[in-house]
Amino acid sequence: MSDPPIPLLAVEDLSVEFRTRGGVVRALDQVSFDVQRGETVGVVGESGSGKSVTAFALLRILDASARITSGRAVFGGLDLVTAGEAELGLQRGRELSMIFQNPRTALNPIRPVGRQIGDVLLRHANVARADVKRRAVELLAQVQIPDPARRYGAYPFELSGGMCQRVMIALALACSPALLVADEPTTGLDVTTQAAIMDLIRELALRTNMATLLITHDLALAAEHCDRIVVMHAGHVVEVAPATALFEAPRHPYTAKLVAATPHGAERLADLAAIPGGLPDLRGELPPCRYRFRCERYAPICDGPLPRVDVLPGHMVACWKPL
Amino acid sequence: MSLLEVRSLERRFPVGKGWLHAVDDVSLEIREGECVGLVGESGCGKSTLVKLITRLLDPSGGQIAFDGRDIGRVPAGRFARAPERAQIQMVFQDPTDSLNPRFTAFDIIADPIRRLGQVARGGAMQARVRELAEMVGLPEVLLGRFPHQLSGGQKQRVGIARAIALEPKLLVLDEPTSALDVSVQAVILKLLDDLRRRLGISYLFVSHDLAVVRLLADRVVVMYLGRIVEAGPVAQVFASPGHPYTRALLASVPRPDRRSDQSDGRPRFRLTGEARSPIDPSPTVCRFFGRCPDGFERCEREMPMLRSDAAGHSVACHLHA
Repeated sequence: MSDPPIPLLAVEDLSVEFRTRGGVVRALDQVSFDVQRGETVGVVGESGSGKSVTAFALLRILDASARITSGRAVFGGLDLVTAGEAELGLQRGRELSMIFQNPRTALNPIRPVGRQIGDVLLRHANVARADVKRRAVELLAQVQIPDPARRYGAYPFELSGGMCQRVMIALALACSPALLVADEPTTGLDVTTQAAIMDLIRELALRTNMATLLITHDLALAAEHCDRIVVMHAGHVVEVAPATALFEAPRHPYTAKLVAATPHGAERLADLAAIPGGLPDLRGELPPCRYRFRCERYAPICDGPLPRVDVLPGHMVACWKPL
Repeated sequence: MSLLEVRSLERRFPVGKGWLHAVDDVSLEIREGECVGLVGESGCGKSTLVKLITRLLDPSGGQIAFDGRDIGRVPAGRFARAPERAQIQMVFQDPTDSLNPRFTAFDIIADPIRRLGQVARGGAMQARVRELAEMVGLPEVLLGRFPHQLSGGQKQRVGIARAIALEPKLLVLDEPTSALDVSVQAVILKLLDDLRRRLGISYLFVSHDLAVVRLLADRVVVMYLGRIVEAGPVAQVFASPGHPYTRALLASVPRPDRRSDQSDGRPRFRLTGEARSPIDPSPTVCRFFGRCPDGFERCEREMPMLRSDAAGHSVACHLHA
């Protein structure tokens, strides 16, 4: 058997803390996963599970109250955790791009969208000033914005939510990044628009062999579009598995509950499972397994250090008593 | 017997030189104890229709009969004093934005009773609010808390308790779970379903999440650009959608058992292009024409009308036999 390929992004034991008036919030604890070239990896979990913090930590755009306390995130040979601002500045927007949840607030409201794409091209893409407009219009056309030449001069408020998200994608893909971090790219959009945006990301990813880290609370969306899925709960990675395996045979009790709570498979309302309890308070002392208080399978063994069990090749579960 | 009967309802808004037809010739019916799902994209007129039914907006034409009385004639500004005001209540999408941050949970639930109810103050009010909290599964100790001290699911329970406080006959639910996590969503959906059975309230359930509508509603109404394009029993509409727009909606719902990179033999059905303008739309062109994959010459010269089959499944499409 050949050696596994070197991953495009390798996150190892990444921990992030936030200092707040109420105490230190341990938002991420020893988060590890990797992303191969061209692969689409989903990160799913409830709100507060640390999905977005992971993305923000990778791009080093965390809030000033946050601190990365341990770990590495090696991206194309560069450790994003320790890299200096100058090195990061070269990667962000060029090799590593991000699309944000709310496109209307992420875009500059007082600059035409075409000009905003032009700014990225000038900064990173080595495009001659004279060609910037033509290239920006091409990018708008690539994300299937109708009448791109006219929309070049449009302000974000003149475009619908779906159109703004297409502009964000054009902006993120302007330099053909190796990795796209998409933080809830379709939340708040209509299902028909969501489908079109996801198709678009998938198609562009296939064409340029771009890897995608898709952060979403929608397990069904992740299962449909991702190769592998990382499940997070209260700052821990609890399960990593190929999408099909994760949905058909989840091994972590939390993942199983998430799958059962997703309305798509249920025939009747009664089939829908609820997950008891909420996320634990991430301040102060926490048990090794942060799901312990919600878990029906809890046993004294669970108070030991959180294991990482490879139940199958490529299928990791952080649980003492997996299903 | 039907509780709400909407006939040929219209609402137009003036924009520049023309009129935006937000709700155009909409007729629908909600029977007692029935849950009707209302689905469609943003901008299709769902919210305007809800505002017309809850009488926050005046219609430009048509009738709204509630419990046999034409409430469409009561001006919106005077509806607050109409006897039907307490009978129609609403649960909003965002439980954070729709609760007064300076009221405790107790006061939020008691507010409609103080304004419109007959319960005396003091002990009777205390007992009624406690009873409502128990009905929605809100622990009594939380009644003294402010919204920011409650979780999303708890806040939505407060919103539901407030809405049922006056024992309404019709509850309008505007995306009641779309701001909640899946783990909480299931609990709230079950609570809503349980309350409907126990109290016999009718629901108008507005949602863009078809997977949820399928589980909660008896019938579903699909709107596109101000008009109803399909309506019928949930099982039938989901099993054999008659309108191309409904088919596109259903095909867009993410399905974990269908991988995007593996074709299942059939091409994925996607909507392309932009919707037609809702401003002064032509009365003789199908609103879906241009975006419809099956559109043909007749769709451009004749607006298809809703036609119903024996089972009450109606579709507005020339191609639907």
